Amino acid sequence: MSSVFRILLRRLGISVIVLIGVSMLIFAIARVIPGDPARIALGPNATAEQVAAIRTEMHLDEPIVAQYGHFVTDVLRGDLGTSLYTNRPVTQDIVEFLPATLELVIFAGLLMVALGLPLGILAARHRARWPDHVVRVLTLLTVSAPSFVWAVILMLVFAFYLPLFPVAGRIDDSYEIARVTGFLTVDTLIAGRFDAFLDVLHHLVLPAVALALSGIGQAARLTRANMVETYDKPYIEMAQAYGFAPGRIARRYAFKPSLIPSLTIIGLDFAAMLGNAFLVEAVFAWPGLSRYGVAVILRKDLNAIMGTVLVIALTFLIINIIVDLLIAFLNPRIRHSTRAAT
Amino acid sequence: MTRALRILASNPLSLIGLILVSGIVLAALLAPWIAPFPTHNSAVIDFAHANQAPTARNWMGTDLVGRDIFSRILYAYRISLGLGIVVLVIATPIGTVVGLLAGYLGGWTESVLMRLVDVFLSIPPLVLAIAVLGVLEPTLTNAMIAVTVMWWPWYARLVYSIARSEREEGYVLAAEVIGAPTPHIVFREILPNCLPAIITKMTLDMGFVIIIASSLSFLGLGVQPPTPDLGSMVAEGARYLPDSLWMTVFPGLAILLAVFGFNLLGDGLREVLGVDE
Repeated sequence: MSSVFRILLRRLGISVIVLIGVSMLIFAIARVIPGDPARIALGPNATAEQVAAIRTEMHLDEPIVAQYGHFVTDVLRGDLGTSLYTNRPVTQDIVEFLPATLELVIFAGLLMVALGLPLGILAARHRARWPDHVVRVLTLLTVSAPSFVWAVILMLVFAFYLPLFPVAGRIDDSYEIARVTGFLTVDTLIAGRFDAFLDVLHHLVLPAVALALSGIGQAARLTRANMVETYDKPYIEMAQAYGFAPGRIARRYAFKPSLIPSLTIIGLDFAAMLGNAFLVEAVFAWPGLSRYGVAVILRKDLNAIMGTVLVIALTFLIINIIVDLLIAFLNPRIRHSTRAAT
Repeated sequence: MTRALRILASNPLSLIGLILVSGIVLAALLAPWIAPFPTHNSAVIDFAHANQAPTARNWMGTDLVGRDIFSRILYAYRISLGLGIVVLVIATPIGTVVGLLAGYLGGWTESVLMRLVDVFLSIPPLVLAIAVLGVLEPTLTNAMIAVTVMWWPWYARLVYSIARSEREEGYVLAAEVIGAPTPHIVFREILPNCLPAIITKMTLDMGFVIIIASSLSFLGLGVQPPTPDLGSMVAEGARYLPDSLWMTVFPGLAILLAVFGFNLLGDGLREVLGVDE
């Protein structure tokens, strides 16, 4: 059994335990709510009989452990209850809104890696000289404002003053694209509409950059810090003594081992974007899960709140497992080891 | 202490951080005396001066009902800093104790506590705070509770990793050999070695708490009007972009300045205290 596979099994085991914990936590949060969930569901004009009926239907008259049991069985069957806000099954709402958020988060994640790592390499190669200082100030600035501030600034500059990008939405209304996956970048290609695909990318740029900025800063800072440490290792000195080109040393010898410790944090940052998407979606009127989440929270729509948090936690765990596997795969010590990795 | 200050001041970036943070803390403390319109932290209405661009009277312009944005920002700093301090003062000891116990005792204590920490860390911080606020009423106190709930696990994880490696150090073994009680080893031997990392993290975290708190109020889940908060001021102004941009830009910059200051200072402290990134 390969060690990468063993790590996958171990991670899945831990994730199941964590998911059980998350379900308890979400259940606990939902039960501290002041007031009677049945009355909240029915509104102020309900009669006592109606409240009693729905209490039975929601299992609220049973012991708390039994209530938790019902909650878990329902979740495992994919039944997250009905949303009071949309009057539809929460599962259906999530299937509708999650792809838009995921698409945004994935693009932001790609930007974070594509811009953050090279900036970090640049700073480490020229450490204690001006490129390093510039990158340090830039990265500190990007992590110093919440993504909604960046979203507003980017919108102001690149949508209002220089009308280069659209102000809101995922796609121009004039396109009619059949929904297959919910990911518009994929659906437009399936439909064979390349012009629509470009329009979707055009809409993605500003929200994705706003969401990615602080992650870009984090990734660059970490890469720099780890690479500076690697640069002090004897094998780098040897490579320099051999006269290898500085660029080659940076990319092939100093960067690769530094990537592994950075990746864990990059994974966490990636996952944190699921939270920050709440802010960016609000600014750019992005029809994703976060807008749904805020709407249901303001209406105290319990089923929808629990379902949304659960799905986000699940996505978060999946992203972290993927990152762990990537690390295991990139690290030759784990990839080639035959003993159990600890 | 003076030596630390001198090292801090010798790095220009840290010095800027120190100046920014001291300036903002002073401004927040003195807000009732230095704000040009000290009553504008409440539901004052002055339609004669509503929606005005920056002038000599209102340096950062006025909002929709004519309140001075500069004055409101000063008051908002009081809320942000106060919230940050309360959250850190509660979350840090909780996380530290959990991390120390898990790291030093090991065994099932470690498994149970760290899995609990994993549970909290497996929901994106902002989402956890939003979920807690979702079921409580959106008020300042509840915002503090929500942010504290999401914050302590990070300290638990930080202290845990230090405590676990310190557990094997000679001085801990020596204390064990002479029969020192566990509380003594945990709090008098191991804890002091975690303090530099904790203090650095608290400085950097003041910035992050400000970000999270303003994010919550941006979504309408934090401090409620008419109390001024940087996040809700940005949200309010964003509806009138691009015309009344001062309503959004100045509160946004105010967040940026404060967090930037704490980040620069935290970075400097890290060097002074010799803490690894």
